[in-house]
Parts: sequence; C-alpha cells; structure tokens
Amino acid sequence: MTTGEVVGELVCPAGTPASLRTAVDAGADSIYCGFQNATNARNFPGLNFTPKELAGAVDYAHERGANVLLALNSYPPAGKFDLWREAADLGNELDVDAFIVADMAVARYISEKHPERRIHLSVQAAAASPDAINYYVREFGVKRVVLPRILTIPEIHDIKSEISAEIETFIFGNHGLMVEGRCSLTNYATGLSTNMDGVCSPAHLVEYVKDADENMSTRLGGYTIDRFGPQENAGYPTICKGRYCNEVQPEGYYAFEEPISLNLSKLLPDLMEAGVTAFKIEGRQRSRAYVRKVVSAFRAAVDDIRAGREPQLADLVALTEGQKQTEGAYKTKKWR
Amino acid sequence: MINALPDPISRRLPPLADMPVPLLPLQPILYRIVRRVAEKHPGLFERLGKHQRSNFVIELTDLPLALHLRPFPPSLILRAVRKDRLPKHEAHIAGDFRTLLGLLDAEVDGDAIFFSRDLVISGDTEAVVTLRNALDDVEGSIAEDVAEMFGAAGRMALARLNAMTESQDSEGASHDNW
Repeated sequence: MTTGEVVGELVCPAGTPASLRTAVDAGADSIYCGFQNATNARNFPGLNFTPKELAGAVDYAHERGANVLLALNSYPPAGKFDLWREAADLGNELDVDAFIVADMAVARYISEKHPERRIHLSVQAAAASPDAINYYVREFGVKRVVLPRILTIPEIHDIKSEISAEIETFIFGNHGLMVEGRCSLTNYATGLSTNMDGVCSPAHLVEYVKDADENMSTRLGGYTIDRFGPQENAGYPTICKGRYCNEVQPEGYYAFEEPISLNLSKLLPDLMEAGVTAFKIEGRQRSRAYVRKVVSAFRAAVDDIRAGREPQLADLVALTEGQKQTEGAYKTKKWR
Repeated sequence: MINALPDPISRRLPPLADMPVPLLPLQPILYRIVRRVAEKHPGLFERLGKHQRSNFVIELTDLPLALHLRPFPPSLILRAVRKDRLPKHEAHIAGDFRTLLGLLDAEVDGDAIFFSRDLVISGDTEAVVTLRNALDDVEGSIAEDVAEMFGAAGRMALARLNAMTESQDSEGASHDNW
C-alpha cells in the first residue's frame, strides 16, 4: 500500500527496530521512526535507529506492504543544518516512503533535492489553519499535514474543505496541547531545547525522589514539578504535566495540562467523515507491549468500520498516562 | 502472590521477602545467565552505549534479595546482593518479580507500570531509561532463553511461574490489562 492511498491509514510509532516489526505484524499501515540524533523530536537514550537498522526496517516493512515515515521533525539550530541534510539524504537512499518535517528549510531541502519523496508536515510545525497549511503545500509540495490536538472535529472538517493536503490526526497517546514546535518549557528549566535537541525533559536531568512517607517527587533540572502520594498514579516528568502550588491553591494544581492520554477510539467514524486520511498513534518512547496492544486494537477497530460493523474497542486505559483518558478538544474545547 | 503458601504454614513463616537466603549458590548461575544474554544479544549492549558502565541495583520487592547488574561486556556483573548491603550504584529499580520478568521480556509496558507505581526508579534516570529501551529491542524471550540453559528443570520452573502469573491475572491482580 502506498501511504495516503486509503482512508483510515494507521500510522504507528516505533522507537526500535523490534518495535517497528511489532507494529507491522500488528497491522500498521505506516510506521514512523527516527535516527539516533537531534533530527527528530524523540531523541531519547537507547531509542531510535542506526542507518543500518533503518535499512533493515524499511525492507521488513516494504516486504509486508507497510510504509516507513522518517521523522526529521526538529528545528536545525544555526550552523548545524548539515545533520538534517545528511539525514534527509540517508533517508532517501534507504527508500523511506515519506519525511515528516517541521522546519521550512528542511522541507525546502527535501522538496528540491528529493522531489519524488512525500513530505508530511509534522505536528511540530503547529499548522492549524487552511492558510498556513496551504502555504506549506504551495511552497514545499507537502502532501499531508499532521494537525495539532487542539481542534474540534467540525473544525477539522472545515479545514479539509479548504486544503488539498491529506489530514493526519492523533488518535491515541500523549494529549500534547502545547503549541508544539514552540514550547520552551524544557529549555527554560534545563537549557536544552525540545525543538532543536529533540528532547522534552531529558532523562539525565530527571530525578525521582521518595520521602519517608512514600511520596514521590519528580524533579527536572533541580525544579520539583510534581509530587505523588503513595497510592497516586504518576505521569510523565514534563513541566506541562506538573502540579504547582501558589497562595490560592497551596495544595497544588495542574497549571497547563493533566497527566491524561488521548483516546479517540469512539470518534474514528466521525474523523473519517470529516475527511481525515490517517490516524496516528503516539508513543515512539513506549514499549513493544504498548505498540502491540494499541496497534492491534485500532487495526481491528478500523477494519470493523471499513466493513460497516460496529467497532469492538479494547480497553486501553492501563496504557494511558495517569491511567486516565480523554477525547480532548476533538470532542469539546471545554474538556477540562 | 509468589510467596503464598497454604495455611497454616504461611501464618508461621515470615513473608518470603524477609526470609534470609544463602546468596553464594546463586552467583555462578547469575553469571552464566548474563554471559548467555551477552552472547545471544550483543545489540542490547550496543544500545546501552555509555551506560554499559553504569551499576544498576534491581530490587525484587517480593523476594529476599536484590540484583547488582553492570552490563559492561568485557567484565559483566550480575550477582545477588542483600537488600541491607547494596553495593554502590548509579540507578535503582524496584518492583515485584513478575513485573520485572514481564519488563525483561517486553510483555509489559515500562511507562504503564511506572504510571501505576508498580515500578519504582531512582538515581540515574537516563541509565534506567536506556536499559529499558535496550531490553525492549530484544525479540524473543530472555526468560525462555535462560530457562533453556537449565534444560527440563528450567523449562518446568518457567512454566510454573507463567502458570502462577496467569492464575493471579485471572483472579484480578493489578496487571489485568496486559
């Protein structure tokens, strides 16, 4: 299958070659992944692909009719563009099916140097209006846009009516409501950039500390960003999911977002109706167990919908952050 | 519970996690295990990068011992240690035996068991995350490989362990979603 060929394409994450094979075997139509460097926004230790591993992964996927989408979705800092250029050339050489990009210069380079390759606009580009999307389509030949997780389904429908590009939306995983690609919270606390170094809350600056009462504090770069009671579910160590105290709310409150995961399994038919081509599952940092379970569940759901059956949806709450799930802005802008 | 025994014996004995066990007989077995894993899965150690030299303490919360791991191929360490005499380490991982076994074989999701607090980590978070990611890239079952090393007895022990886990799951234990 060529990416973009069918409605309801299942786009799945892979942080390792084993995860990619798991995703393919579980029924992914496309798998997105990245190299072991700052060219992608999940530049985590022990994760991602060497060029040799990616070559093997592309072969594995193509032999089984699946596509590989290479994430080059971080922003090159001044003077370091060569790393992104080399990654694009390497991806082209390894025959990836599309590049997922955020930076205009990276998009320009790929559109000029490798015009036969598809370009998908990353959620990191935060393009959420027809005008912005059409600019990328016109200037760089972008074929697909990954929309930010801040739009209602009617808004997605309206956008689709004004653009020629395919739409990909997240359906499961991190809720991610920040204006992605512009979030500087990690940078503020650690000096490292999510968008340029590819690491949100770099692990070497994360610390978990338990006190005598079994409370667990999460610290990032020396700042305490949350504290969980002994029986309380934990979340990711990111500033946007942290709880903070002030004079009015001394017990602490979620200033930005809560530790909660997006789960749009019940909205898949509506998304298809709104003109969404591809469904994205978040989680390149997650395990094979997560990939196997989530991809299998959504594969079955999409197949049911295509066959005109009521989708039977597996319970995925155990895999969600904070063991809580939401339909977020897709359902209503008043989700909190 | 793995340490559950039929009454009334269980009422007379301390919990398994508190029972003293001789560690010395375990050491050559553990060394054989880590050597075997290193021979069979060299990619795991490459993925660890600089954390090959990190010292990990893995505390089995329902057993009376902890493990000390240093995954540096030229001088591998995997040994049992007493919980009250932990060696110097950079990273600490704690969980019950079957949770950690599931993690070892990528049968459970590390983030999910962290969210649910079934997995507790401290110390060098980067080392733990790297180890988790490296283990997750190993296909096949490390537990089965290890069981195979000990022939029929090993296979039987693993089968029993799996049966106990399945039985606990069907009784509605906390991991009923994997």
